[in-house]
Amino acid sequence: MLFDDPVFMSRMLTLLTLSFHIFYATIGVGLPLMIMIFQWVGIRKNDPHYLLMARRWARGFVVTVAVGVVTGTAIGLQLSLLWPSFMELAGHIIALPLFMEVFAFFFEAIFLGIYLYTWDRFDNPKKHLLLLIPVAIGGAMSAYFITVVNSFMNSPGGFELVNGELVNVNPIAAMFTVSMPTKVAHVLATGYMTVAFVLAAIAAFRLLQGANKNYHKKSLNLLMKIGFIFAIASAIIGDFSGKYLAEYQPEKLAAAEWHFETSDNAPLVLWGVLDENNEPRYAIEIPLALSILAHGSPSAEVIGLEEFPEEHQPPLVIHYFFDTMVTIGMFMLGLSFIYWIAQWRGWSFVQQRWYRWLIVLGGPLSFLAIQAGWWLAEVGRQPWILRGIMTIDEAATTSDHVGIMFILFTLLYLILGIGTVVVLRKMFKNNPPEIESNEMSGSDSK
Amino acid sequence: MSLEIIGISVLWLFLFGYVIIGSIDYGAGFFNAYSLLTGKQHIVSKIIQRYLSPVWEVTNVFFVFFFVGMVGFFPETAFYFGTILLIPGSIALILLAIRGSYYAFEAYGTKGHRGYAFMYGASGILIPASLSIVLTIATGGFVTIQNGEPTLDYLSLFLSPLTWAIVILSIIAVLYISAVFLTWYSHKTGDEGATALMRKYSLIWAVPLIIAASGIIIELQHHNEVHFNQLMGLWWLFAVSFLMWIGTVYFIWKKRKYGVALSLLIGQFAFAFFGYGISHYPYLLYPHLTIFDGFTNEAMAIALIVAFILGMLLLIPSLYLLLRLFLFDGQYIKGKRE
Ligand code: HDD
Ligand code: HEM
Ligand code: HEM
Repeated sequence: MLFDDPVFMSRMLTLLTLSFHIFYATIGVGLPLMIMIFQWVGIRKNDPHYLLMARRWARGFVVTVAVGVVTGTAIGLQLSLLWPSFMELAGHIIALPLFMEVFAFFFEAIFLGIYLYTWDRFDNPKKHLLLLIPVAIGGAMSAYFITVVNSFMNSPGGFELVNGELVNVNPIAAMFTVSMPTKVAHVLATGYMTVAFVLAAIAAFRLLQGANKNYHKKSLNLLMKIGFIFAIASAIIGDFSGKYLAEYQPEKLAAAEWHFETSDNAPLVLWGVLDENNEPRYAIEIPLALSILAHGSPSAEVIGLEEFPEEHQPPLVIHYFFDTMVTIGMFMLGLSFIYWIAQWRGWSFVQQRWYRWLIVLGGPLSFLAIQAGWWLAEVGRQPWILRGIMTIDEAATTSDHVGIMFILFTLLYLILGIGTVVVLRKMFKNNPPEIESNEMSGSDSK
Repeated sequence: MSLEIIGISVLWLFLFGYVIIGSIDYGAGFFNAYSLLTGKQHIVSKIIQRYLSPVWEVTNVFFVFFFVGMVGFFPETAFYFGTILLIPGSIALILLAIRGSYYAFEAYGTKGHRGYAFMYGASGILIPASLSIVLTIATGGFVTIQNGEPTLDYLSLFLSPLTWAIVILSIIAVLYISAVFLTWYSHKTGDEGATALMRKYSLIWAVPLIIAASGIIIELQHHNEVHFNQLMGLWWLFAVSFLMWIGTVYFIWKKRKYGVALSLLIGQFAFAFFGYGISHYPYLLYPHLTIFDGFTNEAMAIALIVAFILGMLLLIPSLYLLLRLFLFDGQYIKGKRE
């Protein structure tokens, strides 16, 4: 039975923990930057609304950081518990960024602690803002280092394999593998984009409920702009990621695009289903687009899945992950672009309820895109854990009890997930910004 | 000094750091839950919020540092310990997760559930217990290699008196370290009620601590003679440790110089902890794995040590800032600042 298969259950537990952690990790990467921007705008414009927003988000951030830290600790230890052989091998080559990541956490944790408990301790508010810089850098560095490790798994480098022995290990070269630049840039850009759209979704939702107009409108306007900028960045870097895949992991790209036969002038196949002959049906075909995505030229040749032995082909389901990600990316890009233009030209339809609802939807969708992107990247690496060197069967633990642990961790994440929602709701419901802003302006106008 | 020894010393030092600051944290959680039962909660929980909330993440990083560094310097530990620790490791993780989220859910959120406070308190006892099992396993005798895979004999581990001696010591040590620290801390905050309560707890746990520690040495003699003999060869380290213990108890008893008492306590544990560590040399997992055959390649070892030094240059000033703002800021600890 699958439940008793340590390899399968290890995969499921890794999937579960990482998918759960990535919610909180994304917030941990993106939110400090947003708080920073808002606090800065607030100080510049001398507008207490922005300051209040920054302050309220920072309070919520504490809760997500806490869960981010505990789930991160879980995945960190689980890597050794579930993939002992992989960590044994990888430890020789890629331990450096994992080790440095701990320092990034340390740095972030220390300054976050100081920042949160010192709102009113400095006479000059700019000094307090300065404390956020190390927090934002720490968050970005965490993402950077862990993505470096993940890049290494997709495109191993920095060592030579001679008769099964690792020789000439170069820890620095292992950190700068070919997939690293696009991966890190895409992860950071999508993280910032997602957090901007999630906060925008909250603002739009409060406006729909009829809450304080001025406060939430300011927030929405600025956030849609920030989100738009990062959405463009995400799409451009995503395009580079595609070019990286075409060059170095063509089997992943071919599986994601259902591109079975090597050909030039390749069309991009979106959605659809496969029939008995592995022909896509009901799909949207964009002529030449795959050749452009892969090589930047409409006539370029794109390698098909047929060129790889069956046992090295990734599962075809990653097609849907790719499509989900790209569709959402394009949708958010359009949504924020139209909002921006409308604000500039004074079109009023973006103020209407249906448009607000679309923005609300954008929050969860952005998170879904992040998840889909990671599923694409990780499932698309199948059957390898270290591409070309070690498969997941060789890497997994041999312990029989992974199934039970899976159940225990599912329960844990349920508690943590529900807890987060309940606590955040309580925190903000019992203390709406209207009341808090009265209190604040009361004490601020000395 | 060889790279292996530098590596293991750094890791052992961080583990020691975790044992001390983790114990303060775990014990405080236990006292908090206990005082909920006895209706003295206001005394302890205020201190927990003032001191523990800002620094708990830092505590956690010490732990993460240890296991990440371990796999970095000694990749083979991932294979040996990773395979056998799936169950105890996962349980410890779940307890850690419940604990970490407590601060966020309980202390920052609005008033929460009593049940959560009890889980938090109980986890303070269970985490040290489950983590200390790793020390028992490392002493050897419970792991065999079958078809090239290490397997753990759960039954004999569970039935071994050594296991229980170490578990009991870890629990008592947590309570004792935490009580002494909180005595000093509440004295600094000027809270006389809390000081008296914590002083009482320190004295209660002082004697059981020494009995439990001696119990381990006796058990070890039966269990692993090589290890025991090495331990005896280092008797003077343990003697210094014992003298420091007397010093701590003396000052706490006399209600004087709590700061000195705390320093002596840290010294006591440092000597005992390093004495135990050195007597373990050169084994990571007796008799299968030593620090020499489990070590990473030279290039990685040097890179890790350089990264460590640079990281420390970054962290020590920041840590100093944190402590100055929270632990040593008279206004803050007396609750006059938010
Ligand atoms: C908000 C989230 C989001 C959005 C809108 C996009 N992506 Fe993405 N994508 C990710 C979130 C993401 C990610 C979660 O960050 C991934 C997973 C692994 C990685 O490196 O980034 C990713 C991976 C990823 C990969 C695989 C890289 C690899 O396996 O090495 C490709 C080819 C793309 N993306 C391409 C795109 C394109 C062409 C987009 C067009 C709009 C796009 N992504 C939008
Ligand atoms: C230290 C770096 C990492 C290691 C060692 C690692 C390891 C693994 C392993 C062993 C699997 C299961 C095998 C497989 O299905 O391919 C897996 C799957 C997965 N990983 Fe990674 N991973 C790393 C980084 C990441 C990151 C940063 C993410 C993003 C959050 C991520 C997301 C996922 C997801 C969603 C899966 C599920 C895919 C599946 O079940 O096939 N991984 N990872
Ligand atoms: C294999 C994958 C991963 C591992 C092993 C891992 C490990 C960890 C650990 C151990 C922590 C807790 C650190 C502490 O004690 O303070 C943590 C937190 C964090 N992780 Fe992950 N992580 C992974 C994936 C990711 C990804 C994909 C990102 C970002 C894109 C990320 C960003 C963060 C951030 C920002 C934090 C700080 C906590 C927060 O702000 O929420 N991690 N991670």
